[in-house]
Amino acid sequence: MTALIIADLWGELVAVLSTLFFALPYIAGYIGIILLTLLIWTGIKKVLRPASDYRSLKTVTFGDESTVVSNSVASVVSVVLIFVLWASFTGSSLLPGFLHAPGPFVGTGTFTYTVTTPDGRSDDAEVTVLVYPRDDEAPAPEVPPGDGFAKNDSIAIAEYRSDLLRVDQNDEIGRDEEAVVTHIDGKEIAPGETVRVDFGTVALSGRGTPNIRPSAGLQMEPIWLPSPEAVWSRLTEIATTGYRNSTLVEHLGYSLFRVIVGFTLGAMVGIPLGYAMGLSDWFRGWFDPIVEFMRPVPPLALIPLVIIWAGIGEVGKIILLFLAALWIMAIGARSGVSGVKISKVHAAYSLGASKWQVLRHVIIPNSLPEIFTAARVAMGVCWGTVVAAELVAAEKGAGMMIMVASKFQSTDIVIMGIILIGIIGFGIDMLMRAAERFLVPWKGRG
Amino acid sequence: MSDLVIDDVSMRFDLPDGGSVQALKNVSLTLKQGEIMSVLGPSGCGKTTLLNILAGFLAPTEGKVVLGDKRVKGPGAERGMVFQQGALFEWMSVRENVGFGPAMKGMPKGEKREIVDHLLGVVGLAQFKEKAVYELSGGMQQRVALARCLANEPEVILMDEPLGALDALTREKMQGLVLKLWKETGKTVILITHSVEEALLLGERLLVMAPRPGRIHREYRLPFADAGVGQDLREVKKMPEFGQRREEILSMIWEMEEEIMGGAAQ
Repeated sequence: MTALIIADLWGELVAVLSTLFFALPYIAGYIGIILLTLLIWTGIKKVLRPASDYRSLKTVTFGDESTVVSNSVASVVSVVLIFVLWASFTGSSLLPGFLHAPGPFVGTGTFTYTVTTPDGRSDDAEVTVLVYPRDDEAPAPEVPPGDGFAKNDSIAIAEYRSDLLRVDQNDEIGRDEEAVVTHIDGKEIAPGETVRVDFGTVALSGRGTPNIRPSAGLQMEPIWLPSPEAVWSRLTEIATTGYRNSTLVEHLGYSLFRVIVGFTLGAMVGIPLGYAMGLSDWFRGWFDPIVEFMRPVPPLALIPLVIIWAGIGEVGKIILLFLAALWIMAIGARSGVSGVKISKVHAAYSLGASKWQVLRHVIIPNSLPEIFTAARVAMGVCWGTVVAAELVAAEKGAGMMIMVASKFQSTDIVIMGIILIGIIGFGIDMLMRAAERFLVPWKGRG
Repeated sequence: MSDLVIDDVSMRFDLPDGGSVQALKNVSLTLKQGEIMSVLGPSGCGKTTLLNILAGFLAPTEGKVVLGDKRVKGPGAERGMVFQQGALFEWMSVRENVGFGPAMKGMPKGEKREIVDHLLGVVGLAQFKEKAVYELSGGMQQRVALARCLANEPEVILMDEPLGALDALTREKMQGLVLKLWKETGKTVILITHSVEEALLLGERLLVMAPRPGRIHREYRLPFADAGVGQDLREVKKMPEFGQRREEILSMIWEMEEEIMGGAAQ
C-alpha cells in the first residue's frame, strides 16, 4: 500500500520536474532579458548622468544592504514587458504587427496525397485547405476533380483547429476496396505517423484518414489568454451593464463589505482577547491552546464547516472572515503587550500612574505598532479568504464572478477579475500602511 | 523630615532548578533628606535589586524600607525613578513626557504647563518641547527623563545607571547637571553606576557593595560632590585625593571581580 503511494507520488514528482524542465528555456530567456536590460540601462546611465552621489562612491556594494534600493526603472521595464509579452502572444492590436509572436496560419494551403490499391496501382490527388479566421466562417473551396482514380478534395478549417478529411470519399477506388494513403507530398506515411506540409502538419489516423492540422503559431487562443484590449473592453462592459445580475461595483463592493465587517468583528474580539492574554497568566493559559491550535488552521479549511453550520449567505462568510482575523489580531495584541519594555511600565508606576492609567497611556500605545502589523496581515488573509469563499458559494462577489466566468470559459472576465482582486488587495495594504505611518509614527523608534 | 531608612533588608528567592539565591543580606542604611549617594559594585552584588526594592518594584523577604513615616509597599510618586535609556514614552512629545506625572494626578492644564516649561528650561530643552522623543539625541533623552522625574516632585530620586549609555563628553555634562539639580532641589538621590569616577563625583556618600550574598562592603563620605557643584568637574578630578580614592576603590572592586572569576573557575 505504502509502496503504491510512494510510486504514485514519484510519478507525480517526475511529471512536475519534466514540466519544469521544458520551461527552462523560457526561464533562461526571461533571465536573459533581465540581464540585457540591465546592461542597456547601465550603458544609458553612464552616458546620461554620471553618478556623483555618496552611494556611487562605495566600492563595496555586493552585500551592502543599504546600496540595494528598488530601481524604479527596472520596475517600469518589468511591468511594461509583462504587457508587451501579453500583447505579443495574443496578437493584440495595441502592438505593431512586427512585435507579434507568429500567429496561426490563415489562408489557403495545398498538399498532395498518394493512394495505392492492393493490386499495386497508385494515383496522386491534391487537397486544398482553406483556413479561415474564427469569426469569418467560409465554405470549402470548389476544386476541379482532376484525373486518375483519386480525385482532388477541399476542406475549410477554422484557425487553431484541425480536422479529419476522408480523402477517399470522392475517389473511384476508396477505403472499402482497401486503397490506402501511402504518401503525403511525396513523403511516405503510415497510420499513426505525421508529415510536415508547408502550412502545418498532416497525420494519418489509425484507420488511414489524414488529419490536417494547420500551424497554430505561438500565439494564444483567446480562450486561453484574451488580449489586453479584450479584457479592457470586457471590463468597461461589465462596469456598465454588469455580470450575473450585478454590476461590477456591486460584486467588488460585496466582497469588500464582507472583509470589512468580518475584519472589524475579528479585531473587536481579538484585540481585547490578546490584551487579556498578555496581562493575565490565567487568560494566557486558558486561551493559549485554543489560539495556538486555531492559528495554523487555514481559514479556507473552515469553509465546509461554516457552510454546513451557517449556510452560504452573508452570515457564513462573515463568520469565516471573523475567524480569519480573530486569531491574527489576538496574537498581534498579545505580543504587543508582551513587548512593552518593563522600564516603561516601571517608570509610569513610579510617576504615580494607576493600573488603568498604565494600560491606557503605556500598554495600549506601546502595542499599537504590533496591532497595526497584525491588522495588515489580517486584512490580507481576509481578502484572500473572501475570494476563496466566494469561489465555493456566493450570489455576488469578486470570487463568484470569476468562478462563474470560468465555467463559461469567459477567460477575459477571469483575468479581469484576477487583476481587480490584485489591485484591491494591493490598495488595502497601501491604505493600511498609510494609516500606520499616520497613526503610529513612533513605530520601531522605542 | 523624610529620611529614607533601609532596615535590615534581605532578599532571597527560589530558582526553578531547586536552588535559591541570596540577592541581598542584612542591608541597613539611613539616608537623610537631601543626601546624594552613589552605589558601586561588581555585577551580581544586588545593587539593582536594592534599587528595585526602594522603588517598590520588589518586596524584600525580610526587613523593611521606610520613607518618612510611610513603609514602602509598592511603587509610588514620592520615589521617582530615572532609568538607563528607552524608558521614555515614544508615543508622546517631550512636553507630554515631562507632564506625565502631573497629568496622572489630574493637575489642571495651566499649572502643568508652568511646571513643564520651567523644568524644560532647567534641563536646557526649552526649544525642543514639541519634538518627539525619538528625534532627540541620547543625552537629550536623559535630560527629558530627569525633567519627567522632577515634574512629579518626588522626595527621593532613584537613578539606575542613567548615564551609562552616553558618550564620555555628554556624560560629563550630564554629571554636572545631576549635581546642579541635586543642589537646587534638595532631593535625596541614590545613583547606581558602573563608573568609579562617576560614583566619586556624584556621591556625597559612596556605597561599595559585595556579591554572594549582596551586602554593603564599605561606605565612604566624600567631599567631591559638594566641591563639584557649580565647578568644572575636571578640576575636581585633578584633586590629589580624588586620584587616591579612585585607585583605592578600583582595586577593591578589581579584587572582588577576581574572587568571582576564581570561584567560577573552580
